[in-house]
Amino acid sequence: MSRRPKTLFEKIWEQHVVVPETPDTPALIYIDLHLIHEVTTPQAFTLLRENNLKVRNPKKVLATMDHSTPTVPVTSLRDLDIVSEKGPAEQIRNMVKNCNDFGIELYGFDSDRRGIVHVIGPELGATQPGRTMVCGDSHTSTHGAFGALAFGIGTTEVAHVLATQCLLQRKPKTLSVNLSGTLNSGVCAKDIILKIIGDIGVDGGTGHVIEYRGNTVSSLSLEQRMTICNMSIEGGARAGMFAPDQSTFEYLENKPMSPKGDHWVQAVNKWSNLVTDVGAVFDKEVDIDIDALKPMVTFGTNPGMVMSIDAEVPHHNGNQSFKQALNYMKVESGKPLLEKPIDVVFIGSCTNSRLSDLQDAADILKDRKVASNVRTLVVPGSQAVKAEAENLALDQIFKKAGAEWRESGCSMCLGMNGDTVGEGQLAISTSNRNFEGRQGKGSRTILASPKTAAASAISGFVQDPRIYEDQ
Amino acid sequence: MEKILKFSSSTINLANEDIDTDQIVPARFLTLPSKEGIGDCLFYDWRFDKFGNPIEDFFLNKPEAKKSSILVAGNNFGCGSSREHAPWALVDFGFKAIISTSFADIFKNNSLKNGLIPITVSEDMHKTLLDNEGIEVAVDLESLKLETETGKSCSFPMESFSRYCLINGIDQLGYIISQELEITKYENAQ
Ligand code: SF4
Repeated sequence: MSRRPKTLFEKIWEQHVVVPETPDTPALIYIDLHLIHEVTTPQAFTLLRENNLKVRNPKKVLATMDHSTPTVPVTSLRDLDIVSEKGPAEQIRNMVKNCNDFGIELYGFDSDRRGIVHVIGPELGATQPGRTMVCGDSHTSTHGAFGALAFGIGTTEVAHVLATQCLLQRKPKTLSVNLSGTLNSGVCAKDIILKIIGDIGVDGGTGHVIEYRGNTVSSLSLEQRMTICNMSIEGGARAGMFAPDQSTFEYLENKPMSPKGDHWVQAVNKWSNLVTDVGAVFDKEVDIDIDALKPMVTFGTNPGMVMSIDAEVPHHNGNQSFKQALNYMKVESGKPLLEKPIDVVFIGSCTNSRLSDLQDAADILKDRKVASNVRTLVVPGSQAVKAEAENLALDQIFKKAGAEWRESGCSMCLGMNGDTVGEGQLAISTSNRNFEGRQGKGSRTILASPKTAAASAISGFVQDPRIYEDQ
Repeated sequence: MEKILKFSSSTINLANEDIDTDQIVPARFLTLPSKEGIGDCLFYDWRFDKFGNPIEDFFLNKPEAKKSSILVAGNNFGCGSSREHAPWALVDFGFKAIISTSFADIFKNNSLKNGLIPITVSEDMHKTLLDNEGIEVAVDLESLKLETETGKSCSFPMESFSRYCLINGIDQLGYIISQELEITKYENAQ
């Protein structure tokens, strides 16, 4: 009897079932690695304290601070009050205390490994193929780039995982996104995922785990795969995944937490089986051809409201929510976005703050100046990315161009750490959410790739990065 | 945990589609250390003008909002950020159920853990409710039925374990802890 072919997701799921699912009860799933940050954990630790519970396995928790954390230099908790407001400062102190009290190692201010949780996991080699990973953060989907099953949870579930290393879950459905073709010059991984979300809609992936497949995949770097997996949640999906391959192994080899020596060889052997079997069936499939893909920009207030950079803003056909979005953004149906003046450019966030993203932006900004009326902020995803970029003198390129170069953190992605886009201002941002006020009260956001953001910074308006590609 | 078997209330509408959790609770309020009082931040930027005065025609500022514990919302409610502050704020304000044609996964999970019932209905039922704002609706978790005062009714889906926990007032963490033997067995086998 032949074995039933399985998807990558099913293989990882089955390996982590502690108690199988029944009609009455969800499966109890084992979580290999729990990422935590300062914003979604305080009430979880309170719950542990109230119930006299310990953290079951502190070594399976990776803790950092990123959301409320200022991106101006701070090396000690004492300096925090100089740069932070009371709320965020308290939250960070609270995180330090909670990690201390519960025996969790924290990559804090004094750590040169601190950074956005979804950037440092892979960098440290903590993100590994076949692992189950969760975090009280929806962009946990990022880690699926390595063939991990990784998804966001709420704070109550954070407490569950801290206390038991387990999570109750109904098995999600599967969606295969079949990518074909190759990226044109001037076009980035960000443009691929924006196109996918535009095609499937912001709820197209609800209830599903996406696996990205097809002939494009092998040509994508791990950093590009992370950008794509990161925004899977913006299409409503629980998680996004790529099967691990040679590029995955090359990325992970010799990372601080990667297996070493014989363990490495065994691990690669094991990881090599983490592929979807021929003949495995997905609940849904979508085909996306990227041969003709152009740089993409959002025009509305969710990531599914997206178009090619040279297109015109679509018509709303009486849809009230759509109309409200265009009003908020101050854009008009039938008009282009190209050459629309902008106030702020943000290059950063867990979507686009890794070395290759900064390199993409630097290639365009080199020997050029950002428009004088545009505030341009470049924020590396981690202190390690910052150090690498400085080694390559990318920081010099940014500073010479007139951009600000910061310490790592979530920064202007969500406007709760001091970095915000002002009321009514229009930003081009390499982050993942263009919701109303996401980057600060009353802020307006156009999502785009690092190349589009850099090109727009120079022009002072929405600009097609392809004008710089042939030079 | 309080047992929730059935309740009824008049409805109130927020018909926008794809309402994200950044609208439900803006990020700058995520530094609040506890859940109490977080209802004051609910839909803050849609609810108050820049001077902090209530915007009169926003649904939460209408007198009916105080009486209503059932929100009828547009498709794909609760998308975006995983912040559990969203259901905390809805509950703290006084909501017991949200009715929509679909919910984002994480929001739905978070709501069920806080006694906030996400109720998915057909487009037809949804339209009836939107067209009759203020109608009295009875929700029964035992039979998984919803019925309007005019007698229009439907059943709705709910994950069986969440339902069991809600109607018996059981905390899911206690259940997971009771599986300790299985968890240890799994760990030892690795
Ligand atoms: S960079 Fe933005 S999306 Fe990513 S973890 Fe931070 S706040 Fe969330």
